[in-house]
Amino acid sequence: MKFIGILFLLSGWMLTMAAIVLLPRVGTRTAFLAAGGAVEAVGLALIVRAHRLAIEGD
Amino acid sequence: MTIAIQPLSESEFVLCAILVLMVPLAIAGLVMLNVGLGRARSAAHSVLGALCILAVAAITYIVFGFGIEGAPGLPEHAAIIAGKPWNWIAVSPWFLRSISSASASTTLTVLLQLFGISLAAQIPWGSGSDRWKLRAACISTVLFAGFLYPLFANWVWSGGWLAQLGANYGLGRGFMDPAGASTMQALGGLTALAIIWIVGPRSGKFVRGEMPAVYPAHHILYVLIGCLIMLGGWIGLNGAGALLFAGIPAERIPLVAINTVLCASGSLLTAFFVTRFRFGKPDASLSANGWVAGLSASSAICSSVTPAGAVLIGLMLGGAISFIAEALELHFGLDDPSGGISMHAVGGIWGLLVVGFMGHLGVPRSGQMLAQLTGILTLVGFALPCAYVLNLLLSKLVPYRATSEGDYHGMDVYELGAGAYPEFYMQNDDIPR
Repeated sequence: MKFIGILFLLSGWMLTMAAIVLLPRVGTRTAFLAAGGAVEAVGLALIVRAHRLAIEGD
Repeated sequence: MTIAIQPLSESEFVLCAILVLMVPLAIAGLVMLNVGLGRARSAAHSVLGALCILAVAAITYIVFGFGIEGAPGLPEHAAIIAGKPWNWIAVSPWFLRSISSASASTTLTVLLQLFGISLAAQIPWGSGSDRWKLRAACISTVLFAGFLYPLFANWVWSGGWLAQLGANYGLGRGFMDPAGASTMQALGGLTALAIIWIVGPRSGKFVRGEMPAVYPAHHILYVLIGCLIMLGGWIGLNGAGALLFAGIPAERIPLVAINTVLCASGSLLTAFFVTRFRFGKPDASLSANGWVAGLSASSAICSSVTPAGAVLIGLMLGGAISFIAEALELHFGLDDPSGGISMHAVGGIWGLLVVGFMGHLGVPRSGQMLAQLTGILTLVGFALPCAYVLNLLLSKLVPYRATSEGDYHGMDVYELGAGAYPEFYMQNDDIPR
């Protein structure tokens, strides 16, 4: 699960990069940056969940 | 707009040199804070480790870190994406071979970053204390000082793509971080998070069905005096960074120092009163958390907000910091003895964020806000995964976590063969956990 979370983090960052390069309008750029942030938040949540499961299993 | 290192007049050079030479105070204060917040049975290990990490970080940065980071005007690799140049890594010679022909301000920049990188490298060491092996920490520092920090610093300070967001895409003045809230504080804090995920909690910290065990700070005076010493270092760091990276004129340096003090003060006071109301009495270590988080945030805002704004930013941060520190332990399962994540990562990111909507940079706030957000999302979405995956791979070659013997005896006896306080009996501290 941790590695899926890492992939989510990278995906969110790529979404941010794509928004900067491909979207010239402020509104759409902001929306896609927010989406990138949301994807990164999901990634963090997955890693935290995996970490908690690991320490509870010890 | 590409951020260029400003040419300095003679008087500015002298002032900047004095400010840069104050930065080691920040390192000394942070080491005191880390050792004070840790356990007595690992105190000598903590301080010796801090010295070793400083040495490894400094040598690594000089050998090849600066080659990756470079400086404005030095050769860069640039990718052309949709017709715009994206500078992403420098190709300067190793061993600082280009320094003899460099300008005085570039030489000062190298010295500032030598201290800054040593400061940032202490953050993961504090968070992994009492279970992270010294040899592994030194090797991890090579990774941090030789790759992660220089790469991100290139993007922010050496005319890299984050600095160019303004010129290339009309996002304000590009990502603004005059004194290392991203490159030193947030990056150090996020690397600390990766290290905690890898080494896991101290033995006995989290037991199923019970509240997390509390290992109180072993020397709160070290913690609080360390906070005071750090202030001097941070004024030097922020002042020198504002001169070199934000192009602030020398006559505005007192304002930078005022903002630094006010941000930390606001943060400390709210942390003090919030813990007073939550727990009945003020909590010294959480108040220190608030102070350092305020200092971390000040590195981003010091040159671009008003004094009232600096107080407000500190007040908001300090109000949240005790809740954040608690949530990281209780809900996220993170055993962070020195509070590196809440103080440096959260404080630094908060400062970077508020520059977007409270900074007076002479550009539209919407664009600046997007530039700041891009930098923050790059820290979390790129730097954190890099730190985690690279350290995880490294930990397969060099074990990071101390064995159960280290958990039993403490790191002083386990790795150094003797404790920090051989003539004192530490109550309960030799009980295995």
